[in-house]
Amino acid sequence: MRIAASYDSLQYGKIPSPFFNKEQNPCMARQIRAVSLISGGLDSLLATRMVQDQGVHVEGINFYTGFCVEGHTHAIRQKDRARPKRNNALWSAEQLGIKLHIVDVIDEYKNVLINPRHGYGANMNPCQDCKTFMVRKALEWIDTHDFDFIITGEVIGQRPMSQRKDTMPVIARESGAGDRLLRPLCAQLLPPTLPEREGWVDREKLLRLNGRSRKPQMAMAAKFGFEEYAQPAGGCCFLTDEHYSKKLVDLWQARGDRDYELDDIMLLKVGRHIRPAPHYKLIIAREEGEGRFLEGYRKRYPALQVVSHTGPLVLIDGDASRADIELAARIAARYCKGRDAEQVTVEYRAPGMQETVALQVSPLPTSDIPEDWYV
Amino acid sequence: MTIHKLDASGLLCPMPVIRTQDRIAELHAGDILEVQCTDPGAANDIPAWCRINGHKLVGIQQYENHLMVVIEVNNT
Repeated sequence: MRIAASYDSLQYGKIPSPFFNKEQNPCMARQIRAVSLISGGLDSLLATRMVQDQGVHVEGINFYTGFCVEGHTHAIRQKDRARPKRNNALWSAEQLGIKLHIVDVIDEYKNVLINPRHGYGANMNPCQDCKTFMVRKALEWIDTHDFDFIITGEVIGQRPMSQRKDTMPVIARESGAGDRLLRPLCAQLLPPTLPEREGWVDREKLLRLNGRSRKPQMAMAAKFGFEEYAQPAGGCCFLTDEHYSKKLVDLWQARGDRDYELDDIMLLKVGRHIRPAPHYKLIIAREEGEGRFLEGYRKRYPALQVVSHTGPLVLIDGDASRADIELAARIAARYCKGRDAEQVTVEYRAPGMQETVALQVSPLPTSDIPEDWYV
Repeated sequence: MTIHKLDASGLLCPMPVIRTQDRIAELHAGDILEVQCTDPGAANDIPAWCRINGHKLVGIQQYENHLMVVIEVNNT
């Protein structure tokens, strides 16, 4: 039986969790504590549970960048309204019985997205920089809250950019976390970390998962009694989505500036985006729920609403001239139930206008909307 | 006991939770926080946050265009 902690552990007033007994060691400071990056996915759920089972006190942390897939689309679209909505990170934390700290990092994340040191993946996903950023933020958190190490659910070979044998050590180094970053699911394939060397966790009880197969994780979930979990392969970030990324690049190109606000990146997730000219684009609601969502932006954007027929709300993003507005009205008419009518009435109102302006337009034929207008 | 109000209207998951979390961090045990939300997901998310962070969900009132989540702050 291992008796003594290392000198370092004693110096910091911590003892390995298997030996933590407050009654026997009243003068010892406290139980070992770790924070786990909880994405809401299966891997972080399992990694956390593994460390909990070794007697470590774990709390969860989740960083909100603004590009999260879950929640938004389900909250917006009418067809998804009946689906049970839950925040998967919160759900994971509840399954684990741990606190979850959700941190708004929207502003700080801009620099990660705009200037990624390691570039982008297949789309606008700066995965390696993103993970480095999140681990760095977790490090700041553990230092502020007197926690001891960080857990992630990373698995070597799981993701093409950030979870590779060559990139994972870079993430640990560049984040500043170094050997205070533990990856329980593949720890045996990596050099021992501080919590392992100190005996805070038993390396022999950690795993050596490798590759993209999800079967080992699914088997573990069954063993732990996790009957449901979020889509295990991830796909939780809009930046990995080709269509979303295209709209983001279009936004940056049109503005000549990569800066953005939360509303900008939220609007990219909603509606049909059509750019008839470089200086403006249309955001067209595709269904009732999106229309309700876009209503909330009327105070910020000029809007068109077909009133003679059932039709979508359309926002205008940019500086549209009168001729542009008339073209936009014809496009809005194209997407209403009166698309085959001779004339459609469309109301236009810009923020600050006291009254709407009614436009009588003929719907633009689909053939007159060039493919390259669609963003 | 003091009643506090938070307007999270127009915000989508997880922003209502983040705003609630940050506001509760400023309050004292026994205080009441009334959170107005338009995101239907908040009816699940805020109670889940309360459960895992040890605060008491007093109730949820559904109105035509929004919901009101009422929380009693506990010592945690």
